[in-house]
Amino acid sequence: MEILALLADGMLLALQPLNLTMIVIGVSVGLLIGAMPGLGSVNGVAILLPVTFLVPPGSAIIFLAAIYYGAMYGGAISSVTLGIPGASTAVATTFDGRPLARQGRASLALVTAALASFVGGTIANMLFTLFAPALASVALSFGPPEVFALMLLAFATFVGLGGDDIPKTIFSICFGLVLGSVGFDQISGAPRLILFEMNGFLQGIGFLVLAIGVYGIGEMLWTIEQSRGEVSKTTPKMTLKGMASDAKEATKKGWKGTFVGSFLGFFVGVLPAAGATPGSLMSYGVAKMISRKPETFGQGNPDGVAAPEAANNSASTGSMLPMLTLGIPGSPTTAILLGGMVIWGLVPGPRLFVDETEFVWGLIGSFYVSNAAAVLINLAFIPLFIWMLRMPFTVLAPMIFVLSIVGGYAATRDMFDIWLMVIFGLGAFFLRKFDYPLAPAVLAIVLGPIAEPTLRQSLLLSSGDPSIFFTRPIAGPITVIALILIFMPAFKMLRRKRQPA
Amino acid sequence: MKLTKRHLLGTIAASLLVATPGIAFADGWQPRKPIDFTIMAGPGGGADQIARFIQSVAEKKDLTNRPLVPNNKGGGSGAEALIHVSGTNDPDHTILVTLNSFFTTPLRQANLGIDIQTFTPIAMMGVDPFVLWVHKDSGMTTFEEYVEQVRSMNGEFVMGGTGQGQEDSIVIAYMSDAYDLDIKYIPYSGGGAVAKDLAGKQIMATVNNPAEAKGFYEAGDFVPLLAFSDERMPAYPDVPTIKEKGHDFSYYNQRAVVGAPGMSDEAAAYYQDVFTQIFESEDWQGYLTSESLSPLWMDAAQQQEYWGLQVENHKKLLAALGE
Repeated sequence: MEILALLADGMLLALQPLNLTMIVIGVSVGLLIGAMPGLGSVNGVAILLPVTFLVPPGSAIIFLAAIYYGAMYGGAISSVTLGIPGASTAVATTFDGRPLARQGRASLALVTAALASFVGGTIANMLFTLFAPALASVALSFGPPEVFALMLLAFATFVGLGGDDIPKTIFSICFGLVLGSVGFDQISGAPRLILFEMNGFLQGIGFLVLAIGVYGIGEMLWTIEQSRGEVSKTTPKMTLKGMASDAKEATKKGWKGTFVGSFLGFFVGVLPAAGATPGSLMSYGVAKMISRKPETFGQGNPDGVAAPEAANNSASTGSMLPMLTLGIPGSPTTAILLGGMVIWGLVPGPRLFVDETEFVWGLIGSFYVSNAAAVLINLAFIPLFIWMLRMPFTVLAPMIFVLSIVGGYAATRDMFDIWLMVIFGLGAFFLRKFDYPLAPAVLAIVLGPIAEPTLRQSLLLSSGDPSIFFTRPIAGPITVIALILIFMPAFKMLRRKRQPA
Repeated sequence: MKLTKRHLLGTIAASLLVATPGIAFADGWQPRKPIDFTIMAGPGGGADQIARFIQSVAEKKDLTNRPLVPNNKGGGSGAEALIHVSGTNDPDHTILVTLNSFFTTPLRQANLGIDIQTFTPIAMMGVDPFVLWVHKDSGMTTFEEYVEQVRSMNGEFVMGGTGQGQEDSIVIAYMSDAYDLDIKYIPYSGGGAVAKDLAGKQIMATVNNPAEAKGFYEAGDFVPLLAFSDERMPAYPDVPTIKEKGHDFSYYNQRAVVGAPGMSDEAAAYYQDVFTQIFESEDWQGYLTSESLSPLWMDAAQQQEYWGLQVENHKKLLAALGE
């Protein structure tokens, strides 16, 4: 049990006074940064990188990892209470978190998010501890065809669900794919779809701009229209007893989503180039697919909160893996951590686990401690966030609008994006009026830019032969499952037609 | 796309820094707000690693009273970055970390209307050589075996790189032409992704900077076969150069920092001073050695002359590529 001994050493290291202080401060700061719309773990880590030069490297990375963790918890807060995704990793949390809050069950949503995050983080940490080196080789065995097959599977989970209007879902996906391809083409380097010859489109459409527009502004318009000028007010109550019963309900109704998110999120996080945002969206899709009541997703199903929240925490641990073992960042945040490690004199890569044992295990130990600290601090803050919701919507609506605009501007400091965001907000409102699902479009704009280059790389590899997706040992089964899922609704329809006859 | 959020650092850091006492310089121009530190490449590759290292040194030594805010704009082989920097309304607070796409992209996409001679020279931090790498499981240990292997596969030998017209593709094109090789070339988003897929044996060989391949080389996964530097590299003394093989060719990636067009002389002098200090720091000199970069210090006038030379040079190379 060499691993356990190493882990125990690592945890002791993480519990040293200096490191423990770093963890508590890091988690609290991360929580706040994550909760602010537009700000996510990327910003938190980037802003506080200089601070880390004051402490030894081991403590520094523990601090940054704690911020990363805290931000993953914090992202859920504004997603639930205001309907504005706190960070791109928490977009999927708005799908069900916001409806829950509108039903006066915000505390259930927040407690579910906190518990799911904790479980997700813990499962990911255990997987990381036991299988880190082995998983690194799994990440390596994922070439372009495998990644594309996985993306296909992600789309399939959204199409193959009963309940939704399938043509509208497909329309929504295609719309998202088109928006995702605006900007420069990765393969040829040529500009594409520069609409109206406006230079602002050259950098592509920022995912966060779209998400804040659709969910922040779109949701605000929707609520105003639904309430028709009446001053609506939710009166959420918050007691310790209430929280305990919420925790019970969260466990009962959210365990499935939590487990899906924990494992899927970790796995997607391990793959370089993906990260926590695709992981949380995919987990949401899968949780909905395996649910017995998929139609309740989007109406306030705790599983729909648990899955993405478990996944984004789990993925944040997962994406540390390719960074440490391969020197390749699995997410934008780990890219910054990587920069930090280089200046501290550590060389990430295959040799790190051998050469820097103390550092690696101290970091892994700190994952466990950060996770425990984050769930406690988060639960302690929940009453404060709930209290905010007591404000009448007439006060909340302008606040949401202002926060959306500020969050959108903060992301790129470009007025162009603000206008784009407002247009997306209006567009989302009308699409919703016509009953088009918006989640698939959001999924497509995240996954499209990953799927497209891998599709083209794969076809270049095979000289244009699509059988490459079926003949490779990992890509093959994934592609087949994806295709079955995509065509499932068609099979079902055929069967239904036959039965009456 | 999430990456653009890093911009934000500026806004926030600015407000944080208002509270902290700035370092008081006696006189001269000082940045009044966070400095837009645009990077001509996506995260994780060689250019990005260097930009972040430079930023860290500046932070560690507290060289600027306002932070450098890294801003990855890798789209369109750096076209996105060039448009962003040349169109900025605040040239005194906008600088750019360049690689050779600084020369090639304006040549390949003339419609962008970018004239690199209008940019403000700041510092030449070094030049980064290229090496041909294969996976140890391929069994190849010499360049001759590589040539034989590529020829025997009749166009099915797969190499990865960062895209047509990019630095590595120029090297591969030269090599293919010189040795009559038929190679299948797969474009990736950055040098880090290329190295990862060689480690996973998705592709058979790469032309990567040493910094990108070093981790895998030290772990014994990668085997260097040929260097495209002028002389053998101290870190890889057993790797022959293509010059030794009888071809008068060498190719380096420039790691330079330039200012936006229209930057004031005072601001340019300020940045030149900051980056000279970074260049001379132990951290940077250590980085040059450990990552096998060569120092190539130039003053502003020399840099502009160098740009002119490189543009002419790349015109020829790209023409040979058939672009």
